[in-house]
Amino acid sequence: MGEHATYVYAVTQEQPALDELRGIGGSSVRGLPVEGLVALVSSVALAEFGAEPLRRNLEDLGWLEATARAHHEVVEASAALVVTAPLRLATVYHDDARVREMLEQRREELAAALARVVGRAEWGVKVYDDNATAAAPDGAVADDPAAGPGASYLRRRRLERDAAQQRGRAAAERAEAIHLALAATASASRRYPPQDQQLAGHSGMMMLNAAYLVDPPGAEALRGRIDELADGARYDLTGPWAPYSFAVLEQGS
Amino acid sequence: MLATDPVAPAQRVALVDLLDRLLAGGVVIVGDITISIADVDLVHVSLRALITSVGTEQGDPGEY
Repeated sequence: MGEHATYVYAVTQEQPALDELRGIGGSSVRGLPVEGLVALVSSVALAEFGAEPLRRNLEDLGWLEATARAHHEVVEASAALVVTAPLRLATVYHDDARVREMLEQRREELAAALARVVGRAEWGVKVYDDNATAAAPDGAVADDPAAGPGASYLRRRRLERDAAQQRGRAAAERAEAIHLALAATASASRRYPPQDQQLAGHSGMMMLNAAYLVDPPGAEALRGRIDELADGARYDLTGPWAPYSFAVLEQGS
Repeated sequence: MLATDPVAPAQRVALVDLLDRLLAGGVVIVGDITISIADVDLVHVSLRALITSVGTEQGDPGEY
C-alpha cells in the first residue's frame, strides 16, 4: 500500500494519448489496460486521499473545486479522443493491482455502460421561472370596502398566496412538459434536483435541472426544441459533457 | 469521439453543474477508500453554508 493510493478518473474503451495531461495535484495520468478496457488513473497521496483526510477535504470548497476540475479535465481530454465513462469523484484504490482487479470483475458491466454512450453527448438543460417569487402587482387585488381593514388584509394575502401557488404550478407544469418532450427525443434523460440558488447564483426559481444523452448534431436541435417549448421561459443549455449522467452501471454496486 | 471543443477559461463550466455530475452521476464503483453517499450529501450541505458566508462577505459568488 505505502504512502500512495490510486485515483481512478474514468474507464475507457481504449488508451487515449494523454502524455502531456496532468491530473490531480499536477500528477501524471496513466492508463491501466485490462481485457479491452482502460482505467485512467493517477497516484495520489494517502495523506490527502485516505479515508479521514478525504472526508475532511471534501468539506473544503477550495480543495473540492480543484479536485473536481482536475478530475473533469482528465475526463474531458479523454472523452474528446475515445469513448469514456467518467467515474464518480474520489474513487480511490490502494494500488494499481486493485484497480486491475476491479476492471476484471466489472468488465461486462463497464463495457455495457460504454456501449450505451458511444457517439453520443450529454447536454444539460436548466429552466428558470423568473416570476416565481414576484408578488402580485399593486392594486391587482381590490379592497372590499364592506370588510374591515383586518379582513381585507387577510383576503388580499390569501389571494396573493393563491396567485403565487398558481404561478408556481404553471411553471412546474411547463418544466415537466419541456422535460418530457426533450426526453422523448433523447436516448436517455436524467433529472437532478434544482440547484441551490445560493450555490448556483442564479436569479428566479430553477424549475428544471436535467441532462439528456443525444446523438449529433445535438445542441442546435436541442436549442430549437427548447425554444419551441419554453414559451419565453429563461433557460441554460450546457455541454457537450462527457456522459457523466449516463455512463452508469445497470445494477448498483 | 465527441465533438468537444477545448474549453477556454472563459467557458469554464460552473462548479455547481460539475458537482451535480461528479457527486450524483458518474460510474459508481466502491473503491478501497470509501466515502458514503451520506457524506457526499453532507458536502452539499456544508458547501451551501460556506457559499452563504462567502456570499455575505464578497457579494454574489455565482457568475463565473
